[in-house]
Amino acid sequence: MEKITTTGSIIYVLWLRQLKRYARSRARVIGSLGQPLLFLVALGFGFGPVYQKAGGGNYIEFLAPGVIAMGVLFTAMFAGIEIIWDRQFGFLKEMLVAPVSRLTIVIGRTLGGATVATLQGCIVLLLSLVIGFHITHMGSMFLGLLFMFLVAVLFTAFGTAVASMLEDMQGFQLIMNFLVMPTFFLSGALFPIDTAPQFLKLIAAFNPLSYGVDGLRAAFGAGGHFGIPLDLLVLSLATLFLLAVGSYLFSKIEI
Amino acid sequence: MLSIEVHNLQKRFGDLAAVQGVSFGVEEGSIFAFLGPNGAGKTTTIRMLTTLLKPTEGTILLNGVDPVHHEDEARKLFGIVFQDPSIDEELTAYENMDLHGVLYRMSRVLRAERIKQLMNVVELWDRKDEIVKHFSGGMRRRLEIARGLIHHPKILFLDEPTIGLDPQTRNHIWSYVKGLNKEEGITVFLTTHYMEEADRVADYVAVIDHGAIVAQDTPEGLKQKTGVASLEDAFLSLTGKSIREESAGSIDQMRMHARVWRR
Repeated sequence: MEKITTTGSIIYVLWLRQLKRYARSRARVIGSLGQPLLFLVALGFGFGPVYQKAGGGNYIEFLAPGVIAMGVLFTAMFAGIEIIWDRQFGFLKEMLVAPVSRLTIVIGRTLGGATVATLQGCIVLLLSLVIGFHITHMGSMFLGLLFMFLVAVLFTAFGTAVASMLEDMQGFQLIMNFLVMPTFFLSGALFPIDTAPQFLKLIAAFNPLSYGVDGLRAAFGAGGHFGIPLDLLVLSLATLFLLAVGSYLFSKIEI
Repeated sequence: MLSIEVHNLQKRFGDLAAVQGVSFGVEEGSIFAFLGPNGAGKTTTIRMLTTLLKPTEGTILLNGVDPVHHEDEARKLFGIVFQDPSIDEELTAYENMDLHGVLYRMSRVLRAERIKQLMNVVELWDRKDEIVKHFSGGMRRRLEIARGLIHHPKILFLDEPTIGLDPQTRNHIWSYVKGLNKEEGITVFLTTHYMEEADRVADYVAVIDHGAIVAQDTPEGLKQKTGVASLEDAFLSLTGKSIREESAGSIDQMRMHARVWRR
């Protein structure tokens, strides 16, 4: 029996669209692995001995979850910001005149972008395993995936919100330098928050990525700062909030 | 009954009045040509009619539905072929068509049937599985037109649909559109720079210039009024012979630059 197309299948095709676009741009997939690899090798091996001497233990074990979070963060932000491409290549108009609620469009796109970003996180995880990262509790893989996905949804929604306010790519550099980079560097991905100066601790506490990095670290067995329940709570609340903001701003787009 | 009812429609971008108090009505089941030089306000008007832009002032009704306040209800009524590109280049031709069908909640069977039919009309069926990125400009245009027709809307907006297409394809497309108009009673609202096309296809013509309507009548009526033989001459006598390209360009430029940040 032929079923009438439902909101679920609209979300599905928009999700699938993101995945197809990702799978078809192999250059992008490979290119986006360069940066995490560089961080793992240069920082991991470069600072490793110093970190060890200072009594921090194995730096790769500490760093890898942070770099995985970075892979997820960058891919997710890009997926959200892709709206600007859609605007420039015109496909955004096609979506905006369709009789589909803006929330449905945002959910479809966000889930698609988040899936792609989680995949990217998994690839970085594999890379770091090759470089010498160990997962202490294999059973907590699921928890690790959950944290990757939450970070992915959070920042795809964030990218969507930002991109909905931008008319073209001119603001892109601004976003990278003033939003994405600080989010990453001030999240405790590279250094332990425990021993950081007070002002850095404070900034990290207000940075949602800190909780993603921390959750990943805890899940993979390399200890944690905030604790998994708090990580989950903060990430979930921030994700819901940004989804709401993203949908609102997206619904206000005029072309 | 009127399918499109526009009253005192205005749109300002800052100091710039792109559309200044336009009023017209389009009879249900008719073909209405909206003509005007570049930058006259045609596309801005279409954007307001199709929920992409909020009017500064004035009212619009599409089959009795107000697209400014009841967007989704209005969106169900119309289909549109945009003036500028609006396809996803990373998807195949078929994927673009199918995605559109899903967005308009068409059943799988109907989608497959219509897509095949329309891709044959625009002669793209053989290349349905190619990524659109590798298509030529004309092929993309044909794909966009086919896509806009899949869901057989009640009102069809065609914003310079045949620009850059050869006479054969234009002929195919207009006969398909006329067929839809006859058989399904679809109201067609079109803009074009090909006056002979408007003359041949349209039941009714409105000419817009500098954001205001300067004449509206049947093609025959306009020719009689202006005392010339062709619609092209009628158009020229109504809008003058000076070229508008530059002012149009600067309007677009201003909009682009002034609104990098929308808020």
